[in-house]
Amino acid sequence: MRKTWWKILCVIFLFYTFIGGLLLDVPRLSGLQETVRNLYFHVPMWFALMITLTISVIYAIIYLNTNNLKHDIYSRQFAAMGIIFGLLGYATGAIWMSYTWADPNNPGTSFSLIAREPKLIGAAIAMLIYFAYLILRDSIPDMDKKARVSAVYNIFAFALLFPTLWIIPRILPSLHPGGSEGNPALDFKAADNRLRMVFYPAVIGWTLLGVWIATLKIRLQLLKEKSLLL
Amino acid sequence: MSKIKYLLMSFLMLMFFLITKAQDKVEMADTMRSNGRIYVVVAVLVVILTGLFLYLVRLDRKISRLEKENK
Repeated sequence: MRKTWWKILCVIFLFYTFIGGLLLDVPRLSGLQETVRNLYFHVPMWFALMITLTISVIYAIIYLNTNNLKHDIYSRQFAAMGIIFGLLGYATGAIWMSYTWADPNNPGTSFSLIAREPKLIGAAIAMLIYFAYLILRDSIPDMDKKARVSAVYNIFAFALLFPTLWIIPRILPSLHPGGSEGNPALDFKAADNRLRMVFYPAVIGWTLLGVWIATLKIRLQLLKEKSLLL
Repeated sequence: MSKIKYLLMSFLMLMFFLITKAQDKVEMADTMRSNGRIYVVVAVLVVILTGLFLYLVRLDRKISRLEKENK
């Protein structure tokens, strides 16, 4: 095993997230009740997505500067990891919101309200843009052209994360915490210290897990493409 | 007479206070915590997490071995 210290950190933080996240005291919020503990699982998915996709775009830029296919592999695998976090974040959000936002006495109208959520539509657009990244890559047979086109597209896709995930949800009214005032991911004024104590380690733990899996895939890919790399 | 009225009033006030207090209370999974069943859930999650990490470590070791062989 390579560079084990941050892997150990990842294991410790994730165990702490699961044990502390379920056993430690949380503020009693009406509407959310015990589901506030989802903060340790749903929100870190989006933090991890932002971090892994940022790493991906950085490697895309490095690739364009160096033309070394190794950096293209790095960029591709981190983008795939970001997409996985996005899908998990979207799925967990869908479960969470259907129990906290929907009015059980009036499911029809409340669903149409949920479907109009700017946060959901924005996240869906962001995910579709990244799906297109994978499709675009796989549709180009030539190695160098594939790497160059997908690196340029990666920069474009990353730039579109900001309007879809950060700007539009701030402008439009939303049921999502934070919403129009402040940070769309997390209402920092409402977040109590008891939540922060688990939340920050959770973010680091989940992100490190993503980096770990991505590096494993990168190492496998590097072995596979050994003949092509210098 | 006024003393009885006063006592009655204060009793009513206390009742109102208790009723509003009870409505403020947010329902949480307190029973699950008090009877310790929450530890069962935590134990299951820890087992799953341990299994996943062991798998990941084995995978990491395997890839390291492959890298060594391919050098």
